[in-house]
Amino acid sequence: MAGKPVLHYFNARGRMECIRWLLAAAGVEFEEKFIQSPEDLEKLKKDGNLMFDQVPMVEIDGMKLVQTRAILNYIATKYDLYGKDMKERALIDMYTEGILDLTEMIGQLVLCPPDQREAKTALAKDRTKNRYLPAFEKVLKSHGQDYLVGNRLTRVDVHLLELLLYVEELDASLLTPFPLLKAFKSRISSLPNVKKFLHPGSQRKPPLDAKQIEEARKVFKF
Amino acid sequence: MAGKPVLHHFNARGRMECIRWLLAAAGVEFEEKFIQSPEDLEKLKKDGNLMFDQVPMVEIDGMKLAQTRAILNYIATKYDLYGKDMKERALIDMYSEGILDLTEMIGQLVLCPPDQREAKTALAKDRTKNRYLPAFEKVLKSHGQDYLVGNRLTRVDIHLLEVLLYVEEFDASLLTPFPLLKAFKSRISSLPNVKKFLQPGSQRKPPMDAKQIQEARKAFKIQ
Repeated sequence: MAGKPVLHYFNARGRMECIRWLLAAAGVEFEEKFIQSPEDLEKLKKDGNLMFDQVPMVEIDGMKLVQTRAILNYIATKYDLYGKDMKERALIDMYTEGILDLTEMIGQLVLCPPDQREAKTALAKDRTKNRYLPAFEKVLKSHGQDYLVGNRLTRVDVHLLELLLYVEELDASLLTPFPLLKAFKSRISSLPNVKKFLHPGSQRKPPLDAKQIEEARKVFKF
Repeated sequence: MAGKPVLHHFNARGRMECIRWLLAAAGVEFEEKFIQSPEDLEKLKKDGNLMFDQVPMVEIDGMKLAQTRAILNYIATKYDLYGKDMKERALIDMYSEGILDLTEMIGQLVLCPPDQREAKTALAKDRTKNRYLPAFEKVLKSHGQDYLVGNRLTRVDIHLLEVLLYVEEFDASLLTPFPLLKAFKSRISSLPNVKKFLQPGSQRKPPMDAKQIQEARKAFKIQ
């Protein structure tokens, strides 16, 4: 049980990717058990391993944790990436929630029915450009430090980097008006553990295209 | 700033209700500033009070906190309702997330376009009956204690009571097969601070009907 965390999920980003990022940034080695068939998922359920019949699930320190935020919160606490006090933690949580909202909005685009994709993509771009990126550019400007909170690395820096890479995949020009965010992206990308995770061969997952999603939908009937 | 927290939201449940519940259960008096017009909301935005241009926002201890979970986490930490250690906290978070998912699923039904409402309602009932309530009945059965985690009151007990009341409003028969949850509901409802919040005249908000939602949507141009 004091061994490596074991991650149970599909071989895809989905709701596990932010957990992979956080473990990697913390320098924590982890093992992955991919769900490759409906029977794999059914077995996890039948064996009582999924509290709400949902993945992601992470086996860590004798617990079988589900719910992305619960897992992230535990990892961040354990590896001292959650601020030095209650107030720093509150800022970290507020920023993190904004990031998770935008990550979900962008991540859902590939799942979107074709007749809605154009409108949803336009909305995601608008929110990125006019709501979220300005908010974080402003945070960096307000304190002029290298990290978002408390002048040291916390989970929210890792979450924001992850998101900025997705924004770049969506439309690289969205980052152009935000010099502090671009500098932040370079800075956090250069941290040793992060740099390693960004290299080919790491446990980071590539984006899926619509065809791969469609095939997964058939297999898992979601 | 060491005064009462100030809550900014519409005069409705929405994403602020779980915060009202938690403050009330902790015995914390709070003040509410209701957003009653688009201009009220616009002013909050223009004055830079909403980090992501969204409510709920709570002014507390010199901070203007947005995002429901960030606000809940802060209140729970401050008032010692978040478990005694990292592992208890992990269980509390896991259970709370499940509860928030179900709360959202039920809460969204009143916002649902009529052509989808029947299917969404059926799904919400199925999830309530076959996923969420069994999971929590099992937790109570597994340890036989009065509270979900650590044998004392934590935030997750409050969140679960809140959702059980919404389930009851939704379809009271859904609770019938779950005796431990029904006993839990009675027990937590009887705690002094909670009992007070359940009385008429408290800051608890009633459900809205579809017509009220429609009118609010027009006023605020929510799509």
